[in-house]
Amino acid sequence: MTAGSGLVLRLGAVLVLLLALAAVLAPWLSPIGPNAQDILARLGAPDAAHWLGTDNLGRDVLARILFGLRTLFAVSSMSVLGAMAAGGSLGLVAAWCGGAVDRVVMRCADVLFAFPIILLAIGIITLLGPGALSAAAAIAVAYVPIFARTLRGPALQLRGSTFVEAARAIGAGPARILLRHVLPNLASVVLVQISLSLSTAILVEASLSFLGLGTQPPTPSLGRMLAESRDYLDLSPWPAAFSGAAILLASLGFNLLGDGLAERLDPRLRRP
Amino acid sequence: MPRILLRRVGDMLFVSFGVSILSFLMIRLIPGDAVQLMLGANAEVTQRQIDALRHKLGLDQPFLQQYLAWIGHVLHGDFGTSLTTGRPVLTEIAAAAGVTAELTMLGLVVAVVVALPLGCAMTALRSPAASLAMRLLSITGITVPSFWLGIMLLYGAAELAPGWAAVGWVPFSRDPLGNLRRVLLPALSIALPVVASLARFLRAVMSEALQQDYVRTARAKGLRECVVLLRHVLRNALIPFVTQAGIMAGYLFAGSVVIEQVFALPGLGRLIVGAIADRDYALVQAAILLATLVFVCINAVVDVLYAVIDPRVRAA
Repeated sequence: MTAGSGLVLRLGAVLVLLLALAAVLAPWLSPIGPNAQDILARLGAPDAAHWLGTDNLGRDVLARILFGLRTLFAVSSMSVLGAMAAGGSLGLVAAWCGGAVDRVVMRCADVLFAFPIILLAIGIITLLGPGALSAAAAIAVAYVPIFARTLRGPALQLRGSTFVEAARAIGAGPARILLRHVLPNLASVVLVQISLSLSTAILVEASLSFLGLGTQPPTPSLGRMLAESRDYLDLSPWPAAFSGAAILLASLGFNLLGDGLAERLDPRLRRP
Repeated sequence: MPRILLRRVGDMLFVSFGVSILSFLMIRLIPGDAVQLMLGANAEVTQRQIDALRHKLGLDQPFLQQYLAWIGHVLHGDFGTSLTTGRPVLTEIAAAAGVTAELTMLGLVVAVVVALPLGCAMTALRSPAASLAMRLLSITGITVPSFWLGIMLLYGAAELAPGWAAVGWVPFSRDPLGNLRRVLLPALSIALPVVASLARFLRAVMSEALQQDYVRTARAKGLRECVVLLRHVLRNALIPFVTQAGIMAGYLFAGSVVIEQVFALPGLGRLIVGAIADRDYALVQAAILLATLVFVCINAVVDVLYAVIDPRVRAA
């Protein structure tokens, strides 16, 4: 085990927990609404009334970040969980059936995988129209092949293992074997992949919102905040600095968590 | 070797075929029919006009026939005309692709030039505290949103050296210095996550190589540690490093799609986002299709190069 692996894991867990709590408790944490305007205090620097300053419409940056985190987490976790359900089952089925099914499923995954994620997402959003739900669907589709690939390999190995053979011998059907015997053994792989995928999905969601294709106003969104604050950069850098930093921290938390988990859960990396 | 090449080309053709089908569907599945959008919200549009345009565009044909007609045109280099400018889509894309290509290439050069010494330095520092610090730093570097970094760099440059950094575009052939002034900051922005990821990768590969017998031999014959590291370990780590750098070109390209928006560079990203706003579907479709095909080709070339460089891959 390399130095401080426990520390990386703990750091990631604490960061994710704090940000998730902040997002969930946003309406109670923030005394000011995310769309409330203080017209006289536009583009203000951080002070006692507005801890992180105000934006060009006099809205509180901290409140908007807290509510923006809600959208960011909601969209990215919805998409990653959806991708895991769809891609994971495809990978399991491909590994279990083998042969033609395996080839067809994995070839289709290859095709989806060939698209750069952001372009695929943009293409899907063209179809569905801009919006938070479209962004979630687009990211989910883009991440399906990742989960299909991640689960297929290990599932293929497990298929030939003795305990699966034993389960089959006592007459268990494929659904039971896959759900009760194979899937639990893949839990660590899934957990690591979910965490790392969330880290990148957060960046993709922020990019899409930044381009104006994701979450639409008036719903607070960190990517959109960053895009809007660009025009007033010379007057006040605070909204841009803080909204971007919030995106960074959210993505960083999940990346640290995934990195720490991978090391903790992968027996090949664990040394006595 | 020819077999690997053949298999790789076969894979590539299959994936390209799939990509073309998906790109085709992307436009045909748009709700509310592109025809109505093309004719606009004009009240005087009659059903006959709609039918006529549908017929002209071949939209009244069966799906398969539409695809075959479309792919036939595409293979002849005819991607249709842009709805907004009326010029061939391919002309529009060619103009924008140069900007994105320059940005991506410069980003790649910056990333490799910085990541090489950084990765070596990271390998040389082996204390637990240093390892942990570098791990945290590299993970942070990987997750920095490049569009945020771009905005912050732009702000910093404006504060430190007013008037130096500029947004917009000047072709390199017309004003080399002005061109670099506009492309350097966006290239740095997309390069940082790649630097972090490449340096971390190099460190992992080099640390693995350090366990090899030939390293012990090199040390045993009295070579200094830095010679061992640079002459023996780095050289063996270079092959996977080059492959990884090739893969990263794709990430840089994806990053440039977004960063162009920050620096007002007229590249593919801006073209696509603008085309979506204008509902210029032919342009969006062609740009996504072509960009993805380039991406597929780069991956295939990297794979084949890997086989050329490393005889072990060839045998497998």
